Amino acid sequence: MATPAPSAAVDAMLSTPVPAADMLIVMPLVLSFLFGSVLLMVRKRVEWHGWISVPGFALVFAADVALLFKVATGGPFTMMMGSWRAPFGIAFTLDLMGALFLATAGFVALAAAIFAVVSVDRQEKRYGFFPFLFLMMGGVSGAFVTGDIFNLYVWFEVLLIGSFGLLVLGSRHAQLDGTTKYAFLNLVGTTLFLIAVAYLYGVFGTLNMADIARQAADRTENGAVATIAMLFLVAFAMKAAAFPLNAWLPASYHTPRFVVSALFAGLLTKVGVYALIRVLVMLFPAQHAGMAGIVAWIAGLTMMTGALGALAQTDIRRLLNYVVIAGIGTVFAGLAIPQAVGAAPGALASGLSGAIFYALHSIVVMTALYLAAGVIARRTGASTLETVGGLWRESPLLSALCLVFLLAVSGLPPFSGFWPKVMLVRAAFAAELPWLAAAILVSGLILTIASARVFAFAFWRPLPQAGGTDTEKSGDFNASVPEHPAPLLPLVALAAFVLAAGVWPEWLSRLTTAAADGVVNPTAYIQSVFGGGA
Amino acid sequence: MEVALSALVALFFGAAVYLLLSKHIIRMLLGMVFLGNAVNLLIFTTGRVASVAPPVIPEGATVPPDAVANPLPQALILTAIVISFSFFAFLLVLAYRAYQDIGTDDTDKMRLAEPEERGLPPLGY
Repeated sequence: MATPAPSAAVDAMLSTPVPAADMLIVMPLVLSFLFGSVLLMVRKRVEWHGWISVPGFALVFAADVALLFKVATGGPFTMMMGSWRAPFGIAFTLDLMGALFLATAGFVALAAAIFAVVSVDRQEKRYGFFPFLFLMMGGVSGAFVTGDIFNLYVWFEVLLIGSFGLLVLGSRHAQLDGTTKYAFLNLVGTTLFLIAVAYLYGVFGTLNMADIARQAADRTENGAVATIAMLFLVAFAMKAAAFPLNAWLPASYHTPRFVVSALFAGLLTKVGVYALIRVLVMLFPAQHAGMAGIVAWIAGLTMMTGALGALAQTDIRRLLNYVVIAGIGTVFAGLAIPQAVGAAPGALASGLSGAIFYALHSIVVMTALYLAAGVIARRTGASTLETVGGLWRESPLLSALCLVFLLAVSGLPPFSGFWPKVMLVRAAFAAELPWLAAAILVSGLILTIASARVFAFAFWRPLPQAGGTDTEKSGDFNASVPEHPAPLLPLVALAAFVLAAGVWPEWLSRLTTAAADGVVNPTAYIQSVFGGGA
Repeated sequence: MEVALSALVALFFGAAVYLLLSKHIIRMLLGMVFLGNAVNLLIFTTGRVASVAPPVIPEGATVPPDAVANPLPQALILTAIVISFSFFAFLLVLAYRAYQDIGTDDTDKMRLAEPEERGLPPLGY
């Protein structure tokens, strides 16, 4: 061959180590897996688990915040594993959207870990509750920081295996039933994702997201690429529990411990949403413009399914399952705005900004609501609207916190659910989709009715005369764990975010707008991978 | 070669979908096995099949001297095999345990998490 001598660039690649500062991007993963393995080693010292896990999640959260600060001030950055040159190595690229999701995930994971220390019983800790939690968080963080689409698939599987463990821990019959359905449908969903990745590799010959985004601009009229984009839409809609692929969520999310439900509802569906935004909007903008009409229908139907489903439920957690679905529909509405490639960033960027804002709000508020439902079940011994009651008198603080979360999830001011809905409704009108705006508002109204009913039954009315018949749900909460005030601590922290994002939305909407711009116009993302010359 | 492999992949996908549509978990498990293998073959095929040299770079060189086979699909398949195998093991244990505890492998009869007789929520108090 003509070039037997190693070029200087290859030499430099082989001999330069990855800069230490860039290693920060993998810290959330390293810390999660490190603490998870340490906890496995001290599996039998159950009393240590809380003291190790809470500082562990605090460190993960600190790394997430440091990354968010770094990205917010310096723009997207990339670390290539082993200093390989793009697009050959495995890239870890973090942009503002990823960093926002990452930091919010770290926040709710810390809150849930504090809640878990006092609400999960010894036996389940002994069987590895916290290692599973760290494994799942490692998978979630990995999905947010990776810049390689096959790697994204691997992180999906990592978080899925962690979630299986958490879901089935306890092995009550309803859990086995729920886990079976959750496991099969999610596995089919990730397999569809892998099928799409395989076709993508066959067409593009690369798996690096920045490289795909660069090449997709030349293939706007390609039927194969449209097929791939549609496969991704189906796969991620399934992960996100969008209509009509939402059946697995109401079948499973109410079966494990409350803290597990809380983290699942907060995080797992949002990972699907994140991946959909990343792949559909950033990698395939031309195909996205063609599919926006379908996404709009999915969004509208998902919102209605969620809202009406919530109205028809008696059990608080099963009601919340549908509220999660309604939230996913609202996020999808932000993705439903068609925009031709090369057009000035307009309605799509503002809709996407609202979608990201709403997703972050939904992560926090759904986690908080399931945790609050756990406290309610602990206090009253039940979680169905027929048997709970009298909590306003018994615990004013819990009632106030729940009121905040219920108003926030219905999208009422002055809480965090209001502003993203304003952004989404305005974007829908700007894109001339008035029916979509109407769907957002109507689903908000129905959710307000459902939330008001929860509040009226669980808090306002006096405790009904207990007939002692409600043994059906007695497995859902741990009567063996003593009552403790600590579960309210994470709820207060989550409420502080809901209030801060609702009263001062400026700081967050500025960040989400910048994040949406970075996705709609990924020049900075591509440059961070390929260097300035790209 | 690619055409034959594509036909095989289609056959695998067809069998997998057929089995997954069953309401018996044992058949769905077999469907998952087919699905996983169909995807592995698919990745292999999309990586282009050609009879060329193995991707080994001789000592002292930095690039391979001739056209070599694409090593990346094999790495991807290896990852996918490990993942699908471990998930299959988990599903197998889960299905067996569910069968032992719930007493059925008919998904229509597994209604513990979503009981059918549940009425509408109370309208007033």
